[in-house]
Amino acid sequence: MSESKTLAVSSPVARLQLPSAETLAQHGRRVGRFFLRQIVPPVVVIGALLLLWEVLCSRPGAMLPAPSQMLDDTWELIVNPFYDYGGNDVGMGWQVLASLERVAYGYSLAVIVGVALGVLVGKSTWAMRGLDPLFQVLRTVPPLAWLPISLAAFQASNPSAIFVIFITAIWPIIINTSVGVRNIPEDYRNVARVLRLNGFENFTKIMLPAAAPYVFSGLRIGIGLSWLAIVAAEMLIGGVGIGFFIWDAWNASQISDIVLALIYVGLVGYALDALVGLVGKRVTRGTAS
Amino acid sequence: MNNRYLSVDSVDKVFGTEPNTTRVLDKVNLTVEKGEYISIIGHSGCGKSTLLNIIAGLHTASSGYVILDGKEVNAPGPDRSLVFQNHSLLPWLTVYENVTLAVNKVFKNKKNATERKAWALKNLEMVGMSHALNRLPSEISGGMKQRVGIARALAMEPKLLLLDEPFGALDALTRAHLQDEVMRIQAELNNTVLMITHDVDEAVLLSDRIVMMTNGPEATIGEILDIRLPRPRDRIALADNPEYNHYRREVLRFLHEKQRKVAPLPKADKANPVPQASAKRA
Repeated sequence: MSESKTLAVSSPVARLQLPSAETLAQHGRRVGRFFLRQIVPPVVVIGALLLLWEVLCSRPGAMLPAPSQMLDDTWELIVNPFYDYGGNDVGMGWQVLASLERVAYGYSLAVIVGVALGVLVGKSTWAMRGLDPLFQVLRTVPPLAWLPISLAAFQASNPSAIFVIFITAIWPIIINTSVGVRNIPEDYRNVARVLRLNGFENFTKIMLPAAAPYVFSGLRIGIGLSWLAIVAAEMLIGGVGIGFFIWDAWNASQISDIVLALIYVGLVGYALDALVGLVGKRVTRGTAS
Repeated sequence: MNNRYLSVDSVDKVFGTEPNTTRVLDKVNLTVEKGEYISIIGHSGCGKSTLLNIIAGLHTASSGYVILDGKEVNAPGPDRSLVFQNHSLLPWLTVYENVTLAVNKVFKNKKNATERKAWALKNLEMVGMSHALNRLPSEISGGMKQRVGIARALAMEPKLLLLDEPFGALDALTRAHLQDEVMRIQAELNNTVLMITHDVDEAVLLSDRIVMMTNGPEATIGEILDIRLPRPRDRIALADNPEYNHYRREVLRFLHEKQRKVAPLPKADKANPVPQASAKRA
């Protein structure tokens, strides 16, 4: 069993030695370079834009609040994201979480159904010929156009919003998964054939990992579309959620609140996209971008 | 009667549907003894890969049959493991996992988990890849990938090892190194090997017999050359060996005189026209 030992050999115990002044200086230079290259440009650009905004909106008769005005108006909301005064009057944190919950339900359903349908369409030429025209037409329907019909079907606002997320996110997932399954290289199929993998083994050990980079690009487009759709859908259905918060703020002419909400929407959307990208990278071991 | 370990019996392969058919292989007959190292050489498009795929079971013959160790071949299986030119390792698995995927499937009921692990490690050690067990294929060189491909194929303990231009994509030095390794492993395990190659030196150095195929379409076996060089063979010593050079010349003569691929220029020898001059790629 000498072979198996080679797996378990651990690295030698790290030597406890203070880094020399030279390495410290090197490290310092590296941090400095990173700061100059990565941090300074966005800070400069954002600062310049804020300044421009401040100058333009501080003039008398300006329709939108300047950043300083906005900060003043929304300070309570910023420092207190999780207050709860009952009803719709809750902090921005709760508003965002309510929206995220709907997205989580709708998107999870879309992932399960979308990947399953994508595999079916990728594997079966008959299913592809039958379903593809349907997909191509339905995927062009704007998310909000589904809302009235889902309200009619579910007779409740929350499931309708979840359905809108589902139906928005599912198309890129189906289409990318089916392309991924159809494009599995002949070599991998041959490996499966030589090893005589059965259907289940072939699915879990060859097909899913081989298609994973495609699947994850579909999932990434899907999460982006979900977040776009939820803000719009919530404006119509009301209740707690970042979308209705924006609509409510508009009706109350609290423009500063709208600006704050937009910043929240942007940051959360960016985080969702980055999260799915990160999961994809981990799952596919770097073969997905 | 153990000298018919593998027999290929009047195998034809026709691609396409009537009336647009191409007969790629025409009545191919070949018998291979256990432990023999056979090279198949021929111009590109002569159907040698098709023949290998039929023996592997990835393609089916249009007529004729292949028998390995008394059983007819009609589907792919781990008793005929393949090493592909482009290694075909699964990129999401590490070196070790690529081999264990095969080992765990093939020896599911024959070895327990510890034995399977040891067996995978042993095969990786044999090709000199123990140092890179946890690397992904994208992190190792082309020659190393091919080593792992060979380890995976050997780990299936195949009756027949099929090599499809295994060193074709490698640089000359890496290729020579791997050829030596394959010779060493074959001497150790006494595998029966069928290798496709374009490389005349490789064929003469490694093989017991060289099967030379005519140009396609309707390709078949033109000549079979016995290589009676003693083993172990050393490429440096053989470089000046008259016998080695004689075999080399025989193969070159077959490929470049008898089976010329391109039409001779108008000024060339008119007395000896080449029948397959306008042969298309199969």
